[in-house]
Amino acid sequence: MEFLNNIFVYIAQWLRGFLAFLGFTGFWIEMFMAVVYLATILGICTLVALFYVLWERKLAGYIQYRPGPNRLGPKGWFQTIADAIKLLTKEDVVPKEADKVVHFLATLFIFVPPVLALGVIPFGQGMAALDLNLGVFYLLAVTSLSTVPIFMAGWGSNNKYSLIGTMRAVAQMVSYEVPLIFSMLGVVLLAGTLQLSEIVESQSTVWYVFLQPVAFIIFLICATAETNRAPFDLPEGESELTAGIYTEYSGMKWALFFLAEYCNIFVVSAIGVTLFLGGWSGPFLPGWVWFILKTHLLFSFFIWIRWTFPRIRIDHLMSFSWKVLVPLSIANIMVTSLIFYLVQ
Amino acid sequence: METQYITIGILFLGAMAFALAAMILSRILQPHRPYPEKLETYECGMETQGPTWVQFRVSYFLYALIFLIFDVEAIFLIPWVVKFKELGLPALIAMFMFLIILIIGFIYDWKEGALDWE
Repeated sequence: MEFLNNIFVYIAQWLRGFLAFLGFTGFWIEMFMAVVYLATILGICTLVALFYVLWERKLAGYIQYRPGPNRLGPKGWFQTIADAIKLLTKEDVVPKEADKVVHFLATLFIFVPPVLALGVIPFGQGMAALDLNLGVFYLLAVTSLSTVPIFMAGWGSNNKYSLIGTMRAVAQMVSYEVPLIFSMLGVVLLAGTLQLSEIVESQSTVWYVFLQPVAFIIFLICATAETNRAPFDLPEGESELTAGIYTEYSGMKWALFFLAEYCNIFVVSAIGVTLFLGGWSGPFLPGWVWFILKTHLLFSFFIWIRWTFPRIRIDHLMSFSWKVLVPLSIANIMVTSLIFYLVQ
Repeated sequence: METQYITIGILFLGAMAFALAAMILSRILQPHRPYPEKLETYECGMETQGPTWVQFRVSYFLYALIFLIFDVEAIFLIPWVVKFKELGLPALIAMFMFLIILIIGFIYDWKEGALDWE
């Protein structure tokens, strides 16, 4: 049990020991470990995308009372692999009017925010690639970076649908950023630290979802909006903008955007689990299994939201953020700090 | 401590390398047969009319301005929130005054219609 709980920590320790045995010094061991962390994170990203694309289609199928993909392999489990191979061999069309450099750079940068964010997330006790003492602050900085490649994609395409989609995306992400930050600050206030592993440990008695229910609901809504998921998927809005920001992307470039979207949802679910749902803590099973289970549940919740609610109008979207969520989240911070001070 | 930030740099470069590798692999495997119609900008089969990069409505700019104010406010809030237990009552009163001034500004924005999307 103890061994299973720490199996990845032991592997990392053994690897460090082995490198020291080979005669590497401290700095180079760290660099080598960084490459190992990078490979692990990229592996997680790929697996997450492969699994959740299928899981979403299956779940959507069951929600709509149909079987979903069920032809390829046992119960259709090989469908995503076939899709990946198809997308890999598709021709990449770049329109001649497009700003080709920006069009290309957008796909290059799209993977940076989820990978950087996964670097600090503690998957178990001592299982964060980087346990930064600025954890939450770093996460806020990195996740808000994901606006930049989306803006580059829409601008570089030189397509009117893409540009409208991109303008909506930026306005929406910027608006929902504010309540997202405030809802996370409520947790930081109770924990008294920005370090993610310490935030998880301070939840050993009671999860913050019970102490900060309003913040949790605000977080869920803003996370859906930040990842451009339905009912907040106006940037993509198939029925009005064909494919919005992705209109001029095809083949592998489009697949990368799709992959990054799923990684972003995974990252947001993992942040939610770390801050509100007690992270790796749980009885009987090893910590990292609990973490993955909780993240899976939260991810499925986001899928459930997507296939239940219709898309909302842009003026409703903006006014909901500024006139409901922002005042509510500021009130939440003020009330939390007052009660916390009085109880103390 | 510095090695942590070098690790972040490696993650940054690695994420770009991953995307680049995927695109290079796809470039090797894919066919490449461009012709003028295929390279047109997509607009539901019609030819595009006029330039795409035009001036956009001012509402977006107003939202960006208000966002800037609240983002700066969040920067002020973060240190207060982290050290809340040590700072105690004086900091609580100071931060509430700051928040109330901000809320008055926010109500003014609301009244002036900066938050309305027309």
